Amino acid sequence: MIEGILIGLKTALTFQNILMVMIGCFFGTIIGMLPGLGPMTAIALMIPITYGFDPATGLILMAGVYYGAVFGGSTSSILLNAPGVPGTVATSFDGYPMAQQGKAGKALAIAAWSSFAGGTLAAIYLLFMAPSLSKVSLSFRSPDYFALMILGLTAIAAFSSKGQFLKAMMMVVLGLMLASVGQDSLSDITRFTFNNMNLTDGISFVLVVMATFAMSEALTIILKRNDPTAAAKQVSLTELGSIRINKEERSKMLKTIPRNSIMGFFIGVLPGAGATIASFLAYGMERNFVNDEEKQKFGKGSVHGLAAPETANNAACSGAFVPLLTLGIPGSGTTAVMLGALLGFGIQPGPRLYITNPEIFWSVIMSMYIGMVILLILNLPLIPYIARILAVPKNYLIPLILFFSITGIYVMSFNNFDIYLMIGIAVVATFMRLYDFPMPPLILAFVLGGLMEENLRRSLLISDGSFDFLWGRPLTLIILLFTISIIGWQIYKSFKK
Amino acid sequence: MNINTTKIISLLFFIFSAFYLYTAYQIQVFSFDENAPFNARTFPIYLGYTGLFFSGLKILLPEPNTIKIDHKNLEYKKTAILVIIAFIYGALILKVGYFLTTSLFLASSYYFLGERRWLLIFLLSFPFVAAFMYLLHGVLDIYLRDPFLKLIGVM
Repeated sequence: MIEGILIGLKTALTFQNILMVMIGCFFGTIIGMLPGLGPMTAIALMIPITYGFDPATGLILMAGVYYGAVFGGSTSSILLNAPGVPGTVATSFDGYPMAQQGKAGKALAIAAWSSFAGGTLAAIYLLFMAPSLSKVSLSFRSPDYFALMILGLTAIAAFSSKGQFLKAMMMVVLGLMLASVGQDSLSDITRFTFNNMNLTDGISFVLVVMATFAMSEALTIILKRNDPTAAAKQVSLTELGSIRINKEERSKMLKTIPRNSIMGFFIGVLPGAGATIASFLAYGMERNFVNDEEKQKFGKGSVHGLAAPETANNAACSGAFVPLLTLGIPGSGTTAVMLGALLGFGIQPGPRLYITNPEIFWSVIMSMYIGMVILLILNLPLIPYIARILAVPKNYLIPLILFFSITGIYVMSFNNFDIYLMIGIAVVATFMRLYDFPMPPLILAFVLGGLMEENLRRSLLISDGSFDFLWGRPLTLIILLFTISIIGWQIYKSFKK
Repeated sequence: MNINTTKIISLLFFIFSAFYLYTAYQIQVFSFDENAPFNARTFPIYLGYTGLFFSGLKILLPEPNTIKIDHKNLEYKKTAILVIIAFIYGALILKVGYFLTTSLFLASSYYFLGERRWLLIFLLSFPFVAAFMYLLHGVLDIYLRDPFLKLIGVM
């Protein structure tokens, strides 16, 4: 492991990679502050830029954007009660009341230090857990992988759908259907191409991400007459006050941070869960841990209530890398985008990643530490200045997002058909968003589609067409029972309603 | 049973799944693969049935929280204009070239979204695209085809 850490440090500490972490964190913070534009959009917009880099640098950039966006989302939550990303909703419960009491600077400082500590502790857990988990996952076979992917898709549908499980499952199926377009990986037989040569290689992952996130979010903002930059204008005018944290507040944070970093990390590891669930759970859990006097302060500017969700959401971001780096199965929509980008580089994450590409595996982990330090420097003194950059009117912001999306596809394929297809998918996605059809399950399914078919193929061929591979191994059976219980519970809830 | 837009979307998805399933059965596989435990049409067939199952459930189950959208408050006109401009941009980018079409796309989008300060429109389109092109083409070495710049001798 020491050797791996040194390889990681060597790669992460090159001038180019430090610059990428800085750019990623800066850009992520900006996007995270804009309500309506999440980390997936930020990462999707970064994909074309990563074409010119090696895979380690590309992933470091995207990872920087990811925690930057979660970090930046807390700023608009605290100052305006307008969370930039869902993972920072719980931050506003105590952050906003604190800002209203004239302690905006202090609230931002508590959030920044908690995020820093949560992210750093979680990166340490990742450092120790990922290699051991990689070794364990080497014993996984095709049926286990197939079952794990079904569990991941079901879990993301259950957790990300806000009670609309069936809609989310329809999006999962749609994502898998889109992934099945093009040549079959084994026999090279073309499927669902309708004799269109442009579809022979399948639909590009970048195209689907750009269409369903960047482009469709931009169109939704125009369609709903939202103005995400209005919040940023207010942030730039807000008087922050002192950012000093006193001894009493520090001791409260010291109690809150360790327990919530562990909880956040393990929630992040679970497929489909992630920063939003981690932050809400942390808020609820912390309320039960504190004494009655402190309990009364929750919702009115409690230090515990602010530090807990901020620690947990950043820890969950690091936790989400565990299934991606060790199993090659992303646990969330955001890590699914990263997996797609890695596959585009010709790299297959999984248990052998830290043997075949140690520089990628370890440099991503090492860059997290560097990223956390950069975020701490960015978020505290620079927030009013970042907000000024953000106060670009939406008349400029939206065309620029569309421009980045179309350029991303153009430089990849040099073909009009892909641009038309992207606009078509974006229009459909915009319409579906209006009716609460969630997009992250579609992306995760699209990324996992090929791998899922491959593992089902192997399992069925080994078992000679019989489905007994599903209960042939205890591990497969346990994973499938989890999946069935999630589906059963969600359908039961739908019937009950 | 309430008929609302969500149910109509689910019905459309049901029809789409049925069409997908029909097309999946039409996939031509090699004759030696026809009776194999797994061939190119196996996974799509399962997907087709899964799509029918979930969309069918969505249609049949009651919808207690109907989503109501006030269509009068939605900005359909500007959204449609942006989509049309993007389509035109997509159609011209290969023939005319990246620099000119992208700059015109940006300038026209700013204009249709309500911007009237011509200097800002210009600065955030032509010089901005030139700088971005330099970043992609000059720094990151990503090839950008541009017949227009070739014609005027810049590239």
